[in-house]
Amino acid sequence: MPTWAAQKISRRHETLIRWVLFVCAALSVLTTAAIIFVLLSNAVYAPGAKTAFFERVSLWQFLTTARWKPTDGPGGHFGIWPLLVGTLQVAVIASLVSVPAGLGAAIYMSEYAHPREREFLKPVLEILAGIPSVVYGFFALKFITPWVLKPVFGVLGLEISIFNSLSAGIVVGIMVTPLIASLSEDVIRAVPRSLREAAFALGSTRFDVSARVVVPAALSGILASFLLAFSRAVGETMAVAIAAGGNPLLTLNPLRGAQTMTGFMVHASTGDSAADSISRMSMYAVGITLFVMTLSINLLSGWIMRRYREVYQ
Amino acid sequence: MLMGSSVSGRSVPPSVPGVDRNLDTSGHAAAIDVQGMNFYYGEQQVLFDISLKVPERSVTALIGPSGCGKSTFLRTLNRMNDLVDGARCTGLCLVEGQNIMDPAVDVVLLRKHVGMVFQKSTPFPKSIFDNVAYGPRVAGEKNRAVLAELVESCLKKAALWDEVRDRLHTSAMALSGGQQQRLCIARTLATNPKIILMDEPASALDPASTDRIENLIGELCSNYTIVIVTHNMQQASRVSHQTAFFFRGRLVECGPTMKIFTSPAEKQTEDYITGRFG
Repeated sequence: MPTWAAQKISRRHETLIRWVLFVCAALSVLTTAAIIFVLLSNAVYAPGAKTAFFERVSLWQFLTTARWKPTDGPGGHFGIWPLLVGTLQVAVIASLVSVPAGLGAAIYMSEYAHPREREFLKPVLEILAGIPSVVYGFFALKFITPWVLKPVFGVLGLEISIFNSLSAGIVVGIMVTPLIASLSEDVIRAVPRSLREAAFALGSTRFDVSARVVVPAALSGILASFLLAFSRAVGETMAVAIAAGGNPLLTLNPLRGAQTMTGFMVHASTGDSAADSISRMSMYAVGITLFVMTLSINLLSGWIMRRYREVYQ
Repeated sequence: MLMGSSVSGRSVPPSVPGVDRNLDTSGHAAAIDVQGMNFYYGEQQVLFDISLKVPERSVTALIGPSGCGKSTFLRTLNRMNDLVDGARCTGLCLVEGQNIMDPAVDVVLLRKHVGMVFQKSTPFPKSIFDNVAYGPRVAGEKNRAVLAELVESCLKKAALWDEVRDRLHTSAMALSGGQQQRLCIARTLATNPKIILMDEPASALDPASTDRIENLIGELCSNYTIVIVTHNMQQASRVSHQTAFFFRGRLVECGPTMKIFTSPAEKQTEDYITGRFG
């Protein structure tokens, strides 16, 4: 028998490394599970005590009434619509800003810019993404509203509140623009060079190549980046809480203040109501609504990515 | 001429229908006339003093070992190399009398006039119809009836119509490799070019599809000027009237295909076509 066949060297450190790595992987799964548990046990069903939000306020009232006044009267009013509309309004305004700007930047970087220009632009965009959102909030409150929006709407004879969802949407749009630009640029650059050459050889201008061949070929990834950005905008908290204010009005007028779901959660968690009071528990109901919304948007974006991806050899 | 020919003991495969290798092209005007072309990638020179005439309505094959510059040369003829950073070209390249190296030349118009088919088939991720209609559409054609007629006639010229007539609006990505390549040829024809450049159009295809592409070249060459780069010397001899042999960035020899393949003037050409290197 050869000597190597008779030996068995113990490699205990291999096993140890395997377990350490497993714990790292498990940690993120466990965290997600814990978050879902906390949300559900406070919002839907609290074992023992009937303190969970939906055990005290019906889901029907939550989804079909349009007043959000947690501290109003003995029971409070818990209709999600003002928060939902406020949130979507900010996210839609943010998309109107970030979709053209982000896609334009992505096309410029991948199709037009000289490599040296791109090496400069990409880090600058990443700096934009690294600015804390509080800074964006004050930028909206102290600059965009008084120095940009107020003069513009003043000329039109329209009054704009100090807190308004328009300025919040604009800064959130600026915040998520790098996300769209960076993700879209990645998928646009993944379009094979041979496709661009073929388009040029058919007498295309650079814009024809970008708009008719490259963007359609990368469309699934681009749409996915829009959705991820929308979901980021829905979940954005500080900038919106500062710029849009904290008044849960049900209005579609972007010149007025609004409260978003995240804005309310900041407000509720830092407020002085008792820990198991209904207004405090409502935070978890809003949280679970937000969680379901962003999760479905992210799943949808992943599905679009897989379903419509073009496979190139 | 369909018979295999044998001159000085060396046999040349029969040509494809439509390619008459004894065609006298001396009366044809030069579709392309290159004079003293040098080409550089940055500091590195890859083409040296190339002079070559391509007679109109005939097929010219460019052969030579990998890296000899034949593809680079082909790509200068519709200025595809403009897309490469640091590419530089000197000399004259007359396409129908007009020097295309002149910076004032509009490359978009040039490329409509000088079409190109690539080694790898490159259908756009669109329907078959939209692929063929792409060129006319970027040129501004919007009329649906005109487009439909053009798509049909180009697919017919590319010998693809019968296979796809019932599924024009399905994705071109679902076609087989050989069909995709014929679609790319149809797409090129739709821009109404006078000259078609082909960069190893059949090297990624199976023998049956290769055969169809070669026959197609035979059908097209009475109306179009074709310049084809190929690694396959049999193919060069089957489809071309004129053959040019490139080696290390230089044009070693250019002449009638029958002559190049039976009694080349240069030793290097003879070594290459007899498979002694390459």
